[in-house]
Amino acid sequence: MQLNTKHFGVIDVDEKETLYFPSGIPGFENVKKYVLLGKQEAESPFFWLQSIDKPDLAFVVTDPFYIKEDYYVDVDDEEIEEIQITDPENVLTLAIVTIPENIQHMTVNLKAPVLINMKNNMGKQVIMKDDTFPVKYYIMTGGSEPPR
Amino acid sequence: MLVLSRKKGQSIMIGNDIEISIIDIQGEQIRIGINAPRHVTVYRKEVFEEIIKENKEAASVSVNPELIKGINIKRNANQKINENGN
Repeated sequence: MQLNTKHFGVIDVDEKETLYFPSGIPGFENVKKYVLLGKQEAESPFFWLQSIDKPDLAFVVTDPFYIKEDYYVDVDDEEIEEIQITDPENVLTLAIVTIPENIQHMTVNLKAPVLINMKNNMGKQVIMKDDTFPVKYYIMTGGSEPPR
Repeated sequence: MLVLSRKKGQSIMIGNDIEISIIDIQGEQIRIGINAPRHVTVYRKEVFEEIIKENKEAASVSVNPELIKGINIKRNANQKINENGN
């Protein structure tokens, strides 16, 4: 299918790659269909979670385990029931990146990762109950806020 | 919004499987007990709002993909490096 994207113009995407978020993403509850772009760029740890129906909506996402080696995801089974995760092996974990004007201050949301069940292409952003990982983890400095 | 008055020890039912109880009242602080099926997620509203705010901020910026590709990340691998360095 032809897909209108925020940053890459019109591209061709296999419909089978559609990711379905039954509850959307908090703040964008009505947007349910996305595709993951940029996977083929092996040298970059960043991908794009591009909305299918809203060309203007795209999130930069990354692999949180690459950003922080001791990262882990801890959520109740009931929370991921919605996307039918039964085997953690088949889960792709992504974290949403926020990029302000000063790129030195870019952060990644480690508290609320996006989980994708690769068996059925269903996704959900989950919020961890404990505060082990912050909403704003500063990527460029390895965690703490860089000086302004 | 429906507004109900409740005393300490009393509760409210939402549907037939969610119960909100007033456990204790100390001045401005109220302890609330929630009994709900496990698939119902319960958060303090601030936490949920913080995630929404962060998502909106993340979605609002227009980023040049070329710029992102060039970013070198400082990986948090310090523990391992220290262990090996000794």
